[in-house]
Formats: sequence, structure tokens, C-alpha cells
Amino acid sequence: MEAGMLRPAPALVRFSGIQKTYDGEHLVVKNLDLDIKKGEFITLLGPSGSGKTTTLMMLAGFEVPTHGEIYLADRPIKNMPPHKRDIGMVFQNYALFPHLTIEENVAFPLSVRKTSKADTQERVRAALRMIKMETLAQRRPGQLSGGQQQRVALARALVFNPQLVLMDEPLGALDKRLREQMQLEIKQLHESMGITIVYVTHDQSEALTMSDRIAVFNDGIVQQIDRPDALYEHPVNSFVANFVGENNVLSGTVDAFERNFCRVALAGGGTVTARAVNISGAGAATSLSVRPERIAIVPNGTSSDGANRLPAKVQSTIYLGDHALAVLDVAGNAEFMVKLQPGAHDSLTHGESVFITFRPEDCLALDPV
Amino acid sequence: MTAASLTGADAETKVPLKRRLKQAERARQIKALALVLPLLLFLLFTFAGPIAGMLWRAVDDQEVRQVLPQTIVALANWDGKDLPDEKAYAALANDIQAARAAGTIAIAAKRLNYALNGFRTILTSTARNLKIQPEPGTAKEALGKINPAWRNRTTWTTIRDAGGPVTSFYLLAALDLVRNADGAIVAASPDQAIYREIFARTFLISLGVTALCLILGFPVAYLLAALPPGRSNLLMIFVLLPFWTSLLVRTCAWIVLLQSNGVVNESLHWLGIIDAPLRLIYNRFGVCVAMTHVLLPFMILPLYSSMKAISPAYMRAAASLGAPPLTAFLRIYLPQTLPGIGAGSLLVFILALGYYITPALVGGAADQMISYFIALYTTETANWGLASALGALLLLATVLLALVYGKLVQGQQVTGGMKN
Repeated sequence: MEAGMLRPAPALVRFSGIQKTYDGEHLVVKNLDLDIKKGEFITLLGPSGSGKTTTLMMLAGFEVPTHGEIYLADRPIKNMPPHKRDIGMVFQNYALFPHLTIEENVAFPLSVRKTSKADTQERVRAALRMIKMETLAQRRPGQLSGGQQQRVALARALVFNPQLVLMDEPLGALDKRLREQMQLEIKQLHESMGITIVYVTHDQSEALTMSDRIAVFNDGIVQQIDRPDALYEHPVNSFVANFVGENNVLSGTVDAFERNFCRVALAGGGTVTARAVNISGAGAATSLSVRPERIAIVPNGTSSDGANRLPAKVQSTIYLGDHALAVLDVAGNAEFMVKLQPGAHDSLTHGESVFITFRPEDCLALDPV
Repeated sequence: MTAASLTGADAETKVPLKRRLKQAERARQIKALALVLPLLLFLLFTFAGPIAGMLWRAVDDQEVRQVLPQTIVALANWDGKDLPDEKAYAALANDIQAARAAGTIAIAAKRLNYALNGFRTILTSTARNLKIQPEPGTAKEALGKINPAWRNRTTWTTIRDAGGPVTSFYLLAALDLVRNADGAIVAASPDQAIYREIFARTFLISLGVTALCLILGFPVAYLLAALPPGRSNLLMIFVLLPFWTSLLVRTCAWIVLLQSNGVVNESLHWLGIIDAPLRLIYNRFGVCVAMTHVLLPFMILPLYSSMKAISPAYMRAAASLGAPPLTAFLRIYLPQTLPGIGAGSLLVFILALGYYITPALVGGAADQMISYFIALYTTETANWGLASALGALLLLATVLLALVYGKLVQGQQVTGGMKN
């Protein structure tokens, strides 16, 4: 404990050189170093099999790291059983105890801690009030809807004031509208209670909506840890650029390299100027990343100074209510998306030749995919 | 009518619709009935019929009525307080002579002997010595002279009580009760009163075997439910292996293992743990071991299916909420296996109640269960009435148990269901 006090501003959770393998052959988590600050909402985002859930399970104590150490409030917890870690957890399928009432479910963590009866009653009531379910206290989980069950699971994980709350794709089983509503509720709870939340999801929009910071996992490695906006605006590699938000990819070769920008010859013809983010130098292959909303469609011939300009062929348009998408064929990429104002798609016809322009700052030269 | 006008259809088109629905339903119902009909008929003839027959035999009482019809008629108005009048004696003398000619004396003698030990001798000696029909008015004296038992009131109440057509005699006997000469129900004499003890023994052994099966089967079922599919399938084959060999073979295997110079005793002796062979078979121990072995799969399978339905997330959730493993098991896991425990226990208990071969082969005289006596009365002494009465009581106990279990399970479902 004393050693911990000497350290400056300790993180609540510290993963230090964590490795995990199940079969002894390939690593599910490769060398993870991650600090989670107190009061933070951090999301582990990644496709399935990327190691994010394994990381969460190691933190919860259901999996033991093959190598490395996890610190919780500066105490090593690698060999501490889950029930001693004081970590609340919300599971994907709620895991409400089916033989107990809602009230008994929420009271469970207090009763195993031998909390006094009066105290338990008060805290359970407060927790149920928080999720607006006081009237359903005597029901059983089977009699509730999915959203209600998830709220109860949330209340149960928070009622004993754990130092950390883990959520393993808690909204995965809910429909879209309910999911969005629950996202806001969880976010509000986090802000009003000041709890630390580690959230696992494969849904990038959910991660962007809720998180203070997002750790993008792929292949057992954290690709990037950053704030949502930074992750979107400044992805460090092609995986992050493609996984977070919509993205257009153009492949090419670096021609010239000058300070922060580079000239890239596209494989499908034409050259563009791009921000050099993750390239090894002139002559290297690269994948360019351009967000659909940073591109403008212009009539033939029009030119703006310094902007990249490429010919394109209209494939189709998609109307989405609040906006529209144009699907173009640009330099060999037949699924190049451009975001339009609603209504603007009417003027485009299939097979029409147009030009697209985008600023060099909005085009990132990343590692080839 | 408003509804009809709303939908634009009049009353006439509504009726055919209803009829068409009924017709469509009827076709489906007939199909369903046709599918179950073979089994239904099979069960009716091989299951429901025999059981009804058995239940009827438990109260049926026709033998004496058929052999001594006049006597039964003559005794119909007898008050039973004193000896019957001359008419009854004359009727009896008539009946005995007719029965002797027909060769049916033994049938009545056997039935009456159940009720009163020694009645067979009374009846056969009377039949032998009653050469001619006594003069009118002298039958009482004549019969009394042949066998003084005819001057005894009990002899006559026995005949009257066995007069049928239905009787509570067998059912009372199965509960160690008899009707005395005055018609009151009293405890049977100690040398006849054996069934209550046998019933108690049957229930005790069944209970013990059920408990053993639960204790041994629960961890196995847990392992089965927890293992990955490949290995749990292999283990499941081992659990089901006993079903592949005959009950007789398995029971005899236990004799080989447990007898005085059997494998177990020899091994223990060789290891120097015992000097003299332990008595492991032909006693209660052997019965419980062999029955537990045979009935174990019936416990494991329902337990397994109830455990398989419990998501491992529940135990993880309990742990994350701060419950140590034992607390999590007792408060979260165990309650969810209760339906399986109930079903398995009931199944094993009911099967154990009716066990016959295993106790007969590996049990001692004091370990025979009720089924042994049912078989004994059916095949050896041909006392079908008593066998049926014992069977009926066993059936009643089983049905009551099943009802209680059904009630318990239903209660659980009403309060919220075990699964979400």
C-alpha cells in the first residue's frame, strides 16, 4: 500500500504486459498495457476475436492472464478470486437469477456482504428508484422485457457501490431504439454517480456515443486508445480508420514525401495529396482514407485551389432520410461513398461522370490493407 | 350484427365460416387421434386393463358365494349375535354336499382359511363326514356333532363376511387389520401383522436408495453439464452403459463382487484391512448398493437436463456480485436444480418402491420389499386378493407422491417460472 501511495496519480486499473493464450499456441491478447483512470468511461471496441472480451474477463477474474499483472487500485489482482475484487459486472444476457424476485436479485450483492436489513432495504429501494422500477420489485426476471431486465442487471451491479463496473456487450440483445435509449441512460448514470465503467462492444457507434476514451482492439493488440473524436479524426492506421465510422479506401503508392504531406499515385489512376500518417517513405504502398462527409461532388471542370480532384462515375444513390449517399466508382473502388444533403441525390443519374474533390487534410495516408 | 355489417358480411356467410373452421379443426383432430391410437389401444389393453383388473381383484370376493350360495342367502338376515338358526345349518349341509359332488369344496376352503386359520380342516372334515342330508330340523345338531366348530359363532361370521360380492378383507389385511366377529375393524394378531413393517421397510429402502442416488448422481450430473460437448458425450455413454446390460446380469455381478469370497472381500483381505470376510451381501447393504447402481441413471438424467439449462453466466454473476463459490452454489445454483432433483428423486423413489428382482437376489429375508410379497402371493400361494390389495396400496402411495410432486412443480411455475 505504501509503495502505491508514493506513485503519482495512480490509475484505478493498470494492465501491465498482459498476455493471454488459451491453447498455448497463439495469443488472444498480445502484450497489453492499459491504464484506466478513476471515474472514466472506457470502451474496449473491436471485432469478435480481437481479445476485448478476454481482457474484460481477466479484469473480472474469470480468466487468468498467462503473463503480466493487473493492478486494481494499485493492488495486484491476478490471483484474486472474482468475488473478492469488488467489481460489478453487467452481462450480455443479463444473468438475472431466475428463481429470485427483482428485489431479491438487487439485494443479492448486499446480502452476501452481510449488510444490515434496514440498510439493504433502503439501498435496494434507492437502486430500484434509480431505474424507475419500484413497482416491479416483486416480479421475477422472466416476467420482464429485455430492457427492464437490463436495467435490473445494471441496478444489481451498482447497488453495492463497486469501485469498478464492467459491462460485456450489455445492449447486444436489445432492439435498436431501446439500445439507443439505454445508451443515454447508462451515460447519465455514469455522469451522475461518478463511477468507473469498462464497457465492451463491437458496435462502433455505441462506443462513440458513450465513451470518454475508446481502446480499439484487433488481433489481440490495442491499435489505438483515444477520445472518440480523436479516434475518428486521427486514426493511426487503416484498421482504426475502417472500424470507426464510415470510410473510403483508395490504394496507391507514395510518390513524394514532404513534411506532413505526401503525393500518392493511385492504383486506379490519378494522383492526390494526402496527410502522411502511417507510411514508411517514398515508394511504399499505402491505403488512403477519406470520410464520406468530407467529399464534395462537383460538375466537370470545376477546380478549387489545392484540393484533390478525381473523376468518378455514379453507380447509385441511397436516400436515408436525414441524408443521402452517392455510391461512386473512383479509381477502381466501385463502392466509394459520398455523403450528400438530402435532395441532392436527385440530380445524379446512374453512369453519369462527375468529379469529386476533398482537401488534402481530410485524406489520410495509412498502412496498406 | 353490427360486427357483421362492419365487415361487410351478413349473418349467413358467418355460419359457414364457423362450420368450415370446425371442419378444418376436426380433420386435424382426427389425424392427431389416428397418430396416437395404436399406442392408446396398446396401453389400454396392456396397462390400464390389467391395473383395473388388479384393483378389482383387491375387493372381489366371489369364491364362497359360488360354492356355498344357499348358506350365504340364509345368513343374509342373521343378526350375528347368536348362532344362526336351523335354516342356515340345513342350507350349509345342502351346499357342502353339492360342492363335494362338484369338487369345489377346496375353493371355498382356501378363501375361508385366509380369514380364519384352520377353516380348511373344518370344511373338508365336515364334507367328508356328512354322508347324507340330515333329517329336517336336525342339521344343527348333526353338523355340531361332526365338528364342534359349527357351534362356534366365529365360524359363521367368517362365512358371512366372506360372502361377497365385494370385501374389504384383503385391503384391511394388507394394512394389518381385520374385522372381528362383531364387524369392527381391529388390529390383526401379531403373527399375521407383517405388512405394515414391510411397507415401512420398502419406503425406508427406497428413501435410502434415492438419497444415495442423489448424493452420487449430483456431482456426476454437474460434471456432465460443465464439460465441453465432446467429453460430456463420452461420459454420458458411461452413464447410460448400465442400460445396455440386463438387470439380472448387473445384479449377479454384484453377487460376484460382494460375496464372502468375492472380489471386494478378497482384495480387502489381501491388503490386510480385514481378517474375516465382511458380510456385504444378502443384507440391507447389498440391496442398497445394487439398487443404487441400477437406478443411478434415472437420477442423473433429469439432474443433467436441469443443470444443462443453467447458464454458467449465473455463477459468474454471483461471483462478480461478491458471493464466494459455496454461497453462489447454495443460493444460485442449487435452487435452480430443484426441479431436476425433484424429478430424479421421484423417478428413483417410485421405481425403487416396486423393486423385486434385485432385493430377491441380493437381499436377506429381512430385506424383501413389498413387491416380493406381491409376487409370492401371485405365483406361489395364488392368493390374488391379497396380492392385488398390496399392489393397490403401493399404487395409491405412488399416485399420491406423483400428485404432491405435480403440485410442487406447478406452484413453482405459478410464482414465476424457473427459466427466463
